[in-house]
Amino acid sequence: MPPDVLESLNSGDTAWVLAASALVLLMTPGLAFFYGGMSRSKSVLNMMMMSFGTIALVSVLWVLYGYSLAFSGDVGNGLVGNLDKVGLKDTLLTASGTSPELAFVAFQLMFAIITPALISGAIADRVKFGAWMVFVGVWVTLVYFPVAHWVFYFGDTTKTGDGGWLADSVLALDFAGGTAVHINAGMAALAVALVVGKRVGWPKEAMRPHNLPFVLLGAGLLWFGWFGFNAGSALGANGQAAVAFVNTQVATGAAALGWIIVEKIRHGKSTTLGIASGAVAGLVAITPACASVNPLGAIAIGLIAGAVCCVAVGLKYKLGYDDSLDVVGVHAVGGIVGALLIGLFATGTVTGILTPESDGVSGLLLGGGVEQLGRQAVGVVAVGGFSFVATWIIAKIIDVTMGLRIPAEDEVSGIDQAAHAETAYDLGPSTGGGSGALAAALAGGRPGEDAGNKGGKPATKVEAEA
Amino acid sequence: MRLITAIIKPFKLDEVKAALETFGVKGLTISEASGYGRQKGHTEVYRGAEYKVDLVPKLRVEVLVEDEDADDIIDVIVKAARTDKIGDGKVWAVPVDTVVRVRTGETGPEAL
Repeated sequence: MPPDVLESLNSGDTAWVLAASALVLLMTPGLAFFYGGMSRSKSVLNMMMMSFGTIALVSVLWVLYGYSLAFSGDVGNGLVGNLDKVGLKDTLLTASGTSPELAFVAFQLMFAIITPALISGAIADRVKFGAWMVFVGVWVTLVYFPVAHWVFYFGDTTKTGDGGWLADSVLALDFAGGTAVHINAGMAALAVALVVGKRVGWPKEAMRPHNLPFVLLGAGLLWFGWFGFNAGSALGANGQAAVAFVNTQVATGAAALGWIIVEKIRHGKSTTLGIASGAVAGLVAITPACASVNPLGAIAIGLIAGAVCCVAVGLKYKLGYDDSLDVVGVHAVGGIVGALLIGLFATGTVTGILTPESDGVSGLLLGGGVEQLGRQAVGVVAVGGFSFVATWIIAKIIDVTMGLRIPAEDEVSGIDQAAHAETAYDLGPSTGGGSGALAAALAGGRPGEDAGNKGGKPATKVEAEA
Repeated sequence: MRLITAIIKPFKLDEVKAALETFGVKGLTISEASGYGRQKGHTEVYRGAEYKVDLVPKLRVEVLVEDEDADDIIDVIVKAARTDKIGDGKVWAVPVDTVVRVRTGETGPEAL
């Protein structure tokens, strides 16, 4: 590396950004468990596969052109990056702030992965896996990469107006992606759920979560990884990372409380699905705000987000869209709550934490005017509106050309078997597990024999060996 | 000979088994079952959406006994399985013509 680059690197900052990147990656497998547990047992593999497929595909696209579209210069007006860094050209020997540029490339890649993965919760049980992969590729290209540029690209940090338009011209505050990730994914989820349509039997048929321990495991992994997401967004091991870390923790706790209190009042019981959902709603809401508010503000945002999202997940029954696992109710609504509440609860001490005089923008309730609230609203409307419209068009085109839905009979019998030739569970004798003797006799083969051995042929063999 | 079939709450299995052993029953068969009686299942709530779960998990206990023991054994099972709450299950008995012990070929009461 050139001497001036070497000199600009800080090992503490670099270590934190790399570690945070790994934390953020873990959120997507965590999401797979969170969503997978909420799915039915006949479609849990497809749900988890959508997350893992997204990890694989976006990792490749990010290197090829995604990073360049999001973070290489600007084609004008802060709308999208240029193609100067296609194939990660000219990023191997450069610095981004106080870390190698590749550390920033890795960190932002994980955000590009989880955002489309979040959408998958809206379309449980019923979308062709191939169509999903095409959707992810097109969606990140036309929606996520540009929106990440709007929100996360600051250009020359010593001046404004040369980066993404929301970040650098409107000056909307979105520290870790309340708009670019959560409102974006949430509104995309609404659009794609509308295009794909309802599941067979929804909402009359009971479609309850098949494995709540999975949901709690997933929520726990998301919570853990979210420290990388939020505190890592400081891109340095500094005071901003620390305040983001603490805010993330307390907002999440408060939101989990908010959710289970509201459901206790409305339905008489506090549930594990409720506490897991509340935690995620809190994580979502504090994401844009974690470096703008103090921990008391974070508690307020968490409580509000938990309570509001708990009510918002009921909207789909009133409005009639099958957002299967509540991506809209948790991510869009939680993201909007968090992004707007910055306009109320931001405090100059925290927004200016890295400036020598610790003085930055404040929200309406803490000495600022309505100005920041207005900027936040612009960010919310711009990202939400663009995402909804663009996603609807993308999904419609894929639906008309290659078709999004699997046949109804495959959906009813289970997409895992139909789309992936697998089933998730092999537990009792009647499903092929346990001692295996009955199952082997029923399936006409012994466990471990190749799949070609179907039908009644080996029945005599089973008798002979039994 | 008679076949006694008992549908019981799953968590009552250990007590039923212990009571039958104390009585002197030598063997039994358990299988998982689900169903409902007059209690008609229960309601579960997920993110505010209510689901009626009418098929409740139960265990089916089957015991082959001699005719003269049947009433006593039914009594033993009923006492052990009872919680006095709805959904405690049912016990019934039917006549059995033939029983063969597979290993030895013994038949009738010898095979029990």
